[in-house]
Amino acid sequence: MRILGIDSSGLVASVAVVDDDVLLGEFTTDYRKTHSTTLMPMLDELIQMLGIELSSIDAIATAAGPGSFTGLRIGAATVKGLAYALKVPVIAVPTVDAIAYNLYGSKRLICPLMDARRQQAYSGLYRFSETNKFIVKKEQAPEAIADIIERINNEDEPVTFLGDGVPVFKDFIEENATVDFDFAPAFCNRQRAGAVACLGRHYFDKEYYTSAEEFRPVYLRKSQAEREAERSRMRASAAQLESGSRPFSEIGESEQNAKLEPGEENLLRGDKNA
Amino acid sequence: MKILGIESSCDETAAAVVVDGRTVLSNEISTQIPIHTLYGGVVPEIASRKHVERITQVVDLALKKAETSADELDAVAVTYGPGLVGPLLVGVSFAKAFAYAKNKPLIGINHISGHISANYIEAPELEPPFLCLVVSGGHTHLVRVTDYGQYEVLGRTVDDAAGEAFDKVARAIGLGYPGGPKIEKAAKTGDPDSIEFPRAKVADHPYDFSFSGLKSAVLNYLNHEKMAGHEIIRDNVAASFQKAVVGALTDHVSMALEEFGEKKFALAGGVASNGALRESVKAECEKHGVSFYCPAPILCTDNGAMIGAAGYYEYINGKRSGLDLNAEPSLAL
Repeated sequence: MRILGIDSSGLVASVAVVDDDVLLGEFTTDYRKTHSTTLMPMLDELIQMLGIELSSIDAIATAAGPGSFTGLRIGAATVKGLAYALKVPVIAVPTVDAIAYNLYGSKRLICPLMDARRQQAYSGLYRFSETNKFIVKKEQAPEAIADIIERINNEDEPVTFLGDGVPVFKDFIEENATVDFDFAPAFCNRQRAGAVACLGRHYFDKEYYTSAEEFRPVYLRKSQAEREAERSRMRASAAQLESGSRPFSEIGESEQNAKLEPGEENLLRGDKNA
Repeated sequence: MKILGIESSCDETAAAVVVDGRTVLSNEISTQIPIHTLYGGVVPEIASRKHVERITQVVDLALKKAETSADELDAVAVTYGPGLVGPLLVGVSFAKAFAYAKNKPLIGINHISGHISANYIEAPELEPPFLCLVVSGGHTHLVRVTDYGQYEVLGRTVDDAAGEAFDKVARAIGLGYPGGPKIEKAAKTGDPDSIEFPRAKVADHPYDFSFSGLKSAVLNYLNHEKMAGHEIIRDNVAASFQKAVVGALTDHVSMALEEFGEKKFALAGGVASNGALRESVKAECEKHGVSFYCPAPILCTDNGAMIGAAGYYEYINGKRSGLDLNAEPSLAL
């Protein structure tokens, strides 16, 4: 089975073709160029270099998010255009999982950090079992770096950090981490389309895939306008609650709406991406 | 020659199949207006996300309704600017990937050129040269179309686009988004001569437009009336404002018709579906003995057919875009 892997979720742009147990080719760049001008030329270069037909691809695995909103969108629209034209399924791979998968076989905890701005990271916690089964200890989510490090300290196990959040949070980690930690080296510390394709293969085998039409990126954050609208609705319903004008039956719902995600307070100050 | 036209520059996800630039086989438009109405205007991040969710289905429907398989297409044309960068990137990325996977030529199209080319669809006899006024939510251009895909911009807005002024005034008088159709409706029962709003001119650039002064005049009027405790008759404000916009646009048309002596004049863009503007410009053309053209409202709004039409003539002109085609939010005509 031949899988095309694509990742444009962060600063890295990466495309790879994996043929069962062979990585036929991978093209990865991390040079602050716009994905809209690099991703397709890279794919074309790779396909031409390999001398294969694009139509020989059986499925497309893509880093579905989280990540830069713009990067995710360029990737998603590209994957949709390819998958619709080629009539192949789309395998949506969680971005943070795929970054962690780069460290296959590690006996340490794996903590990817993608810079999500405002002292937050898209992160999760992973490990490989004794039999090298990939275990998601904590699912990917946006979280304050202080909370991430606190959890790691509580785990009290050696940990490896990786991802484009490492240079951003390195000082904080060095000051606050109380466990044995290290940072993954350059060849495996960022998004790699090869890892996306390999992890995607596992998803595919479990019949966890979708179509070009149905595939949607996973932003894990709402747009600023939606957050502000929710916020003002919450304020309005809080005011109504105080004035006692709301029927009691609706109170439960409004309390549920009022639950903020971790760090959401900070998010409300404005997201440059939104 | 069959061309797939894709458009996603603002809040419409659209695709169409057009034959030889003139015959529309399908024209699918998925509008996001109901979503953005909640926010009083287009929210770029939400628009971008919606485009991603819908683009495949819209293209698929366009091909199915045209009874055309992807293999039968001769080229793919896509709007790459001007517009909102996030929305543009969705159409551009999809079109590049689709054209590449199907091994079809890709043609990047200027959105304004698309609006102008919408005129070719229903008027088989229309050929350049002609004059064109493009008015929409984001653009106000007076253009000489010297040949297919060849434009000489006589004037453009120096501040707000005409459609933007409609949106802002509609919000101020409580009509909401989108302003154009709502103001037109309210104006029907209002008195256009009840309030005198200014028709701004741009010094030294007679063909340029300015609408921010008019918008401020409306806001000042509303404030003043409110302070004075007068009742504001909304429909009169709408009618008087619309008259001022239409008047300013028609003045420019009149001037261009006299100076350039073209025998054909076309309207284009979302605001071109405004009945008062159509009537006024049409009357001006008749006065000058000039043939008047204006696309049906469905072709005035953002749509894929106009991109397919423009794409055909750019294809004939030999234009091809590479896989590095990027969205250009401020692309000039």
